[in-house]
Amino acid sequence: MMRPTDYTIAGGLRALEKREISAVELTEAYVKAIEAHNPRLNAYITVTGEQALAEARASDARRAKGEAGALEGIPLGIKDLFCTAGTRTTAASRILGDFVPPYESTVSGNLKRDGAVFLGKLNLDEFAMGSANTTSAFGPVENPWSRANDPTKRLVPGGSSGGSAAAVAARLAMGATATDTGGSIRQPAAFCGIAGIKPTYGRCSRWGIVAYASSLDQAGPVARNVEDCAILLRSMAGFDPKDSTSANVAVPDFAAACARGVKGLRIGVPAEYTLPGLAPEIEALWQQGFAWLKDAGAEIVPISLPHAKYALPTYYVVAPAEASSNLARYDGVRFGARTAERDSDLRDLYERTRAAGFGAEVRRRIMIGTYVLSAGYYDAYYLKAQKVRALIARDFAEAWAKVDAILTPATPTSAFAMDERQDDPVTMYLNDVFTVTANLAGLPGLSVPAGLDGQGLPLGLQVIGKPFDEETVFAVGGALERAANFTATPQVMA
Amino acid sequence: MSYTLEGDTGPWEVVVGLEVHAQVLSESKLFSGAATAFGAEPNSQVSFVDAGFPGMLPVINAECVAQAVRTGLGLNAQVNLWSRFDRKNYFYADLPQGYQISQFAHPIIGTGVIEITLGDGSTKNIGVTRLHLEQDAGKSVHDQHPSKSFIDLNRSGVALMEIVSEPDMRSPEEAGAYLSKLRQIVRYLGTCDGNMDEGSMRADVNVSVRKSGEEFRTRCEIKNVNSVRFVMQAVEAEARRQIEVWESGGTVEQETRLFDTARGTTRSMRSKEDAHDYRYFPDPDLPPLVLEQSWVDELKANLPELPDARRARYVGLGLSPYDAHVLTIEKETAAFFEIVAKGRDAKVAANWVTGDYFAALNRLKRDISDSPVSAENLGGLLDLIADGTLSGKLAKDVFEAMLEADESPASIVEKRGLRQVTDTGAIEAAVDAVLAANADKIAQYQGGKVGLFGFFVGQTMKAMAGKGNPALVNDVLKKRLG
Repeated sequence: MMRPTDYTIAGGLRALEKREISAVELTEAYVKAIEAHNPRLNAYITVTGEQALAEARASDARRAKGEAGALEGIPLGIKDLFCTAGTRTTAASRILGDFVPPYESTVSGNLKRDGAVFLGKLNLDEFAMGSANTTSAFGPVENPWSRANDPTKRLVPGGSSGGSAAAVAARLAMGATATDTGGSIRQPAAFCGIAGIKPTYGRCSRWGIVAYASSLDQAGPVARNVEDCAILLRSMAGFDPKDSTSANVAVPDFAAACARGVKGLRIGVPAEYTLPGLAPEIEALWQQGFAWLKDAGAEIVPISLPHAKYALPTYYVVAPAEASSNLARYDGVRFGARTAERDSDLRDLYERTRAAGFGAEVRRRIMIGTYVLSAGYYDAYYLKAQKVRALIARDFAEAWAKVDAILTPATPTSAFAMDERQDDPVTMYLNDVFTVTANLAGLPGLSVPAGLDGQGLPLGLQVIGKPFDEETVFAVGGALERAANFTATPQVMA
Repeated sequence: MSYTLEGDTGPWEVVVGLEVHAQVLSESKLFSGAATAFGAEPNSQVSFVDAGFPGMLPVINAECVAQAVRTGLGLNAQVNLWSRFDRKNYFYADLPQGYQISQFAHPIIGTGVIEITLGDGSTKNIGVTRLHLEQDAGKSVHDQHPSKSFIDLNRSGVALMEIVSEPDMRSPEEAGAYLSKLRQIVRYLGTCDGNMDEGSMRADVNVSVRKSGEEFRTRCEIKNVNSVRFVMQAVEAEARRQIEVWESGGTVEQETRLFDTARGTTRSMRSKEDAHDYRYFPDPDLPPLVLEQSWVDELKANLPELPDARRARYVGLGLSPYDAHVLTIEKETAAFFEIVAKGRDAKVAANWVTGDYFAALNRLKRDISDSPVSAENLGGLLDLIADGTLSGKLAKDVFEAMLEADESPASIVEKRGLRQVTDTGAIEAAVDAVLAANADKIAQYQGGKVGLFGFFVGQTMKAMAGKGNPALVNDVLKKRLG
């Protein structure tokens, strides 16, 4: 028998349309699921159950009047980096205190406009800085999947959108918003066995999203499958005059592209992505991916991205540099938390507020960013990184002359345990090795669940596409998804 | 003779460069829709962008860009079709974002030139290095509460043009003339209101001294000087200080100083070592600012007439260079003159405006923006002179009456019966009466005392209560006296 939480978004919309289920029934099921599993997973920082039910009732009323939007009645979770009017927004940091935005981010506003119901605000790494969701001031998120041979070992969901990915995988939301600066959508999606797309830079407005690294940040959806991602992205995307980096391009019907197939498409294999130390299971899955696409009619073309090997260090100069400036506004003066003694002067107020408000990883990145922008170091670090970034983008531009999309692994490993890799930040940064290039070049990247490793943990493949050609990315992702027929579910699930 | 200051070791040359911050005249701020009006309630003109709230993003105000381009064109400067905004990072309570958005590496306007006119009538070209757009910070208020500071963000995000000169000025007078000329240009262009006492324009003054023929020595920057007079005073005070330092065997250190207007001296604010590392980098929230040449051309085609061009045009109308200069110093004066002169003799109009009208403003302590007489009415007065309704003497009486109530001169003439008598019969009758009463004087006149002619004119005018047309009175008298 079909339970409410079994519906995909596409299936849920059909069931709602046929009145097989109501938005209230769907929402109630998700609120119950959250009550049951969130205490363990910690995927939500703030649950807005009452409000969600009220929104669901209003949604059912709209549908009854024949005014249903594209996402009418679909319960979603919102990464707590998106400002939501009237609902506390934390960025998983103590420094925002009980900040309640008086405004709604463009992307979450677009979802509301289309009738979505918001279940609450999802956990993340503090200010989206992390690859394991262990830097949140509200505690770590647990991956709903576990290792077959060590089922009690708590695994990370990836980061920074760990709450989004865990909630969708464990069916505590039908889909969720996420953001991706270096892999923060694609890596947690891969770790949690779901789909997630970082669209082209400029596709979704950044207005109202707490900024990490402005030239790299991009919002996107995570959902149970590729088609659901396509449905969500269509609502989230669109030109926004309030964001000067938003692109004024038409938003196509992404969902229609998922079933297009790959016949005649040229899929690139970047030689440089065969890294030493890449897990054999991941290497094997990658080859399997090419085989599936070839079987579906695609042509596999070797390409070279010679500067890709510099992507990670480039990212870890550019992103902290922008972050060090973007986070300067959290100073205890106008909003959020303030830590000061009675006789504090201004400098003391800043130092106390920021020392108490920011966690270790955020402080580390602010310091790296401040350093690389400092007089005497700017040319050697920031300027050099910008030049390498341009070369990485050029590599891709040249590749697009030969191929329509590129296939890579999403991550170098499957999900690791909460107590692993926490000592050395550089090891943690290696999680982003396959994903950061797409951010540096502003390209769309989709992570598709494609298999399991020997411990029964999900593995993902990544499809990278041309700027504003998410349709081809969805077409390739759809073909991979059909071939992989990924049906496994996590151990913790509503 | 060039300007020098005399020290114990002989004459010193003064080198001055100015960085002028001019607030862009615009309805809304550089990157937000908040209003910019002066004097509003604290924090009443602040958007979430200006207050640096999470997730807020800047969007460039096209009108501010147009104003910067107009200013650049007015400075005969190069307009850069590609420019970029950078972030200047520093922490302060009235800087909500923790950075100021400015144009550090790639300003919108490149090199230009301003011609200044000095007291002796000579002119000199002062180079403009660049003009860039940037946002203003808010205001910290420390004197309202014993232990608290207050922040007013109304100014936060307001567009400023920073106009940087070359170190081309060599005296306080040149620095003053440069600032006055720059203010005159932006006011003509309507790109800045130039209100220095409201902070719409302020100057950072860079001063150094050197012996003739030397390379530049170390300079000091005097921050936020807010009048032409203070700029001139600050240059001299700072130059004298530096001469004393050098002559006493010391070294001038590069530093930022403040001008104490009460004492007329400068004092140290912060040294080079304390200077911030602003960590400039391109603002990732803003794509490069790319202008179309056709758009710049359109702005250029619609540029108002600038002071130099207007002055030249006035000279072409027959005005003296001095009158042309005086009438063009303030845009409002020129506008007033234009109305008075429209369709009339420009020289006569200039004489009236710079003569009786300016004298009246001085006497009444009024300003042209609060003029006791409208330009239209003054023009009307000139018409009455031209068509012979009023003599010069009567016109002055009518003008005095206009100062009391800004009425049209025609209605004053009507009401007070000041119309000049041009009826020859009436004049002849008056002349004949005067001649009949002064037979002895006629004899003397005809005997060679020609100076008595003025006496007859005066007597006739007196008899006609001043309303006789002087030319006609002259004619009749000449005829009668043969």
